[in-house]
Amino acid sequence: MDAQHITTKERLAIPRQQMPSQDPVIRSHNFQEVNLGYTIEQAQREAQRCIQCKDPVCIKGCPVNIKIDQFIKLIADGNFLGAARKIKEDNVLPAICGRVCPQEDQCEKTCVLAKKYTPVAIGNLERFAADYERENGSVELPTVQPATGKKVAVIGSGPAGLSCANDLVQLGHAVTVFEALHELGGVLMYGIPEFRLPKEIVQAEIEGMKKLGVVFITNSVAGRSVTIDELLEEEGFDAIFIGVGAGLPWFMGIPGENLLGVYSANEFLTRVNLMKSYQFPDNDTPVFNCTGKNVAVFGGGNTAMDAVRTAKRLGAEHAYIVYRRSEAEMPARLEEVHHAKEEGIEFLMLMNPLEFVGNEEQWLTGAKCLRMELGEPDDSGRRRPVPIKGSEFILPVDMAIISIGNGSNPLIQQTTPDIEVSKRDTIVVDINTMATSKESVYAGGDIVTGGATVILAMGAGRTAAAAIHEKLMAAGE
Amino acid sequence: MYKIVSAIFLAENIKKIEIEAPRIAKKRKAGQFVMIRVGESSERIPLTIADSDPEKGTISLIVQGMGKSTRELNCKAEGDSIHDIVGPLGTPSHIEKFGTAVSIGGGVGTAIAYPTAVALKEAGNYVITINGARSKELVILEPEMRAVSDEAYITTDDGSYGFHGFVTQKLQELLDSGKTIDYVLAIGPIPMMRAVAEVTRPYGIKTVVSLNPIMVDGTGMCGGCRVTVDNQTKFACVDGPEFDAHLVDFKNLSDRNKMYLPEERKSADLFAHKCNLNTLK
Ligand SMILES: Cc1cc2nc3c(=O)[nH]c(=O)nc-3n(C[C@H](O)[C@H](O)[C@H](O)COP(=O)(O)OP(=O)(O)OC[C@H]3O[C@@H](n4cnc5c(N)ncnc54)[C@H](O)[C@@H]3O)c2cc1C
Ligand SMILES: Cc1cc2nc3c(=O)[nH]c(=O)nc-3n(C[C@H](O)[C@H](O)[C@H](O)COP(=O)(O)OP(=O)(O)OC[C@H]3O[C@@H](n4cnc5c(N)ncnc54)[C@H](O)[C@@H]3O)c2cc1C
Ligand code: SF4
Ligand code: SF4
Ligand code: FES
Ligand SMILES: [Mg+2]
Repeated sequence: MDAQHITTKERLAIPRQQMPSQDPVIRSHNFQEVNLGYTIEQAQREAQRCIQCKDPVCIKGCPVNIKIDQFIKLIADGNFLGAARKIKEDNVLPAICGRVCPQEDQCEKTCVLAKKYTPVAIGNLERFAADYERENGSVELPTVQPATGKKVAVIGSGPAGLSCANDLVQLGHAVTVFEALHELGGVLMYGIPEFRLPKEIVQAEIEGMKKLGVVFITNSVAGRSVTIDELLEEEGFDAIFIGVGAGLPWFMGIPGENLLGVYSANEFLTRVNLMKSYQFPDNDTPVFNCTGKNVAVFGGGNTAMDAVRTAKRLGAEHAYIVYRRSEAEMPARLEEVHHAKEEGIEFLMLMNPLEFVGNEEQWLTGAKCLRMELGEPDDSGRRRPVPIKGSEFILPVDMAIISIGNGSNPLIQQTTPDIEVSKRDTIVVDINTMATSKESVYAGGDIVTGGATVILAMGAGRTAAAAIHEKLMAAGE
Repeated sequence: MYKIVSAIFLAENIKKIEIEAPRIAKKRKAGQFVMIRVGESSERIPLTIADSDPEKGTISLIVQGMGKSTRELNCKAEGDSIHDIVGPLGTPSHIEKFGTAVSIGGGVGTAIAYPTAVALKEAGNYVITINGARSKELVILEPEMRAVSDEAYITTDDGSYGFHGFVTQKLQELLDSGKTIDYVLAIGPIPMMRAVAEVTRPYGIKTVVSLNPIMVDGTGMCGGCRVTVDNQTKFACVDGPEFDAHLVDFKNLSDRNKMYLPEERKSADLFAHKCNLNTLK
């Protein structure tokens, strides 16, 4: 396995290493992680597939420009800790991003091998390096710069807030994170399920930040418990970063949506992940009893996949994805779609719900749906789904989960009128600094972009941290 | 952890609990609530902030033992702590000088109506309070209500104290006597709020109710608390909890509140086995 003396031809002959995973039949009844991670041998073999391009175009596909060629070479050479540290120069949450990034649209899409062969499994390798470091207890606390005497408040503890706090505390600022819920981590905790992202990994990152000195205050809703102006004027913060995510679930506005048994994906996932209702009655929070029931999830994104696979794990007899376009248009990560199919999720494509119907007690009994077909391409070039006349039918379901996206929660905007917001209620920023229209207030992540990705939120948090640092240090001179 | 500085029963199964929560005490306004989690495996449940002492940094909750979570809280005593409390949540009551304002509370709803009655009085209204209970022993906050009322009435279903009958009958009696009423606030069980709405509807009196749907986060994130008002979906935890009584779909609310009845029963039964403490007075 001498990585140095291997020809390009030999590299190209190595097949992409399959990620080992739990058996689909078994895992569709448990909440343990689906993917088991590469072995050392697999990781090194996969790393050897990388031809170490002179112009590593994969890097351009990564929103935070991880030095992909370099960390992969370190893995090939057996220097796994070195690889983890190389990644961490650009990405503070590699164990998380390695698991949840839509690699096929990012780094792996631009990898030169993607066209003729299969791309290097960059995400799997990133995960391997980060897991290796953590599991061997070798995570080194970074050095913290001398205290600057400046105070920064971070609102929200999702990936945007965490990465911003992490950078700022290392630069010597006193950082306090305010989180609305009783638990830290944002969507990483209450949205993405354990079987895809073990909560232990998220908590390990947060513990590391606590050791660096970040102060976390849970149960604190900015806009209600305390306003942005109060933090600036009364509590003496020198700057504020807002990373409150996109947390206002959209409904479809069709009849019957308030019947019993109709949930938003947020509510369903929050009950199960945050409130642990899969352990009812040991945990008090109840959730619809899916056992032997038919469950339909409306939508085609990652959230929809998480919800439908969760329903299956809670015992659903039939668990459907109902999506109005075709599978090719589904925004979910490919791997999740693949895993969902292996687990027996039924995909009903080109189908649009018109109405929910219920019984005497107002419990949901079915979704009236219309079949669609693909028509002419629209402005975006995507073929637009058009209804097939007279194709209405009732899909019998006991539970419906709406997963068509989230808007932004307007609490902060309403209580801080001098922050400019868009028509969609997202916060407007200068994308080079993440500065809002209000002096000393920055924002990033889903509250700025609308529902996007973990890595983009993280990148935004770091951009803001750099700008805040520059501003605070200039002010200090 | 948030410390309980006092806990006393006001009536059978109804406890007043004062908790250290300085930020909330400073900020809360009438009509707002908190979400609490008693212990690590508990639900998040909403409770109205009945009173606060900003100097002391405490808030008071008045809790009626219904099922597992409220009884678990009512088992707590002075010196104990609860795991989480977040607030103040919800849109504060809309308070102005309406003229003659009637505040109607049914059961523990009296406690929820109390802070708003105080605010109505402070805004210069002529305040009439009507507080209903099943019987004399269940009447709560009588002295407090009298102190903020220009006229205070108590009704009991069994006639053991005050007016014999329902709060709506007392309200109708006031209207029949020719009193001009400009504003009605009604808080209590759903059938009571619905009945009050029907009494005032023919008179066109502005009537507000505080809705009690099942909540999870209390911040607008889950949509579980959605209610139908004027044929539109609203999230009670952020758009409410107070809404125009004449536009509320009470049937949908009362149906949705039955969503977890079997699970709630199971939790309560398991808790009864676990907790030997007498939760009653
Ligand atoms: C179910 C699900 C699955 C997903 N899967 C993927 C995936 O596979 N890959 C991927 O890249 N992305 C995925 N996403 C998207 C990704 O999780 C988000 O883009 C990302 O989490 C956004 O980060 P953020 O920090 O902006 O916000 P969030 O993660 O939403 O965190 C915001 C935090 O702020 C808190 N908050 C909100 N309001 C306030 C307030 N007023 N005061 C204080 N705190 C507040 C919230 O409670 C929350 O903890 C998924 C999203 C969901 C919902
Ligand atoms: C805005 C608001 C303010 C409230 N203020 C008070 C108050 O000041 N004092 C008080 O005693 N009660 C108040 N309630 C009601 C209180 O929250 C419920 O009685 C409590 O949640 C019941 O929980 P349990 O486990 O004890 O009973 P359970 O047996 O679980 O439930 C009893 C009934 O309470 C309702 N309920 C159940 N879970 C919830 C939940 N998570 N959120 C809301 N309702 C639920 C359902 O209708 C259920 O059938 C308020 C409710 C709301 C929405
Ligand atoms: S952070 Fe995401 S996009 Fe960047 S290299 Fe890692 S998996 Fe690829
Ligand atoms: S583009 Fe692909 S092959 Fe080239 S350096 Fe990047 S990962 Fe390696
Ligand atoms: S309780 Fe979740 S949105 Fe209101
Ligand atoms: Mg309960």
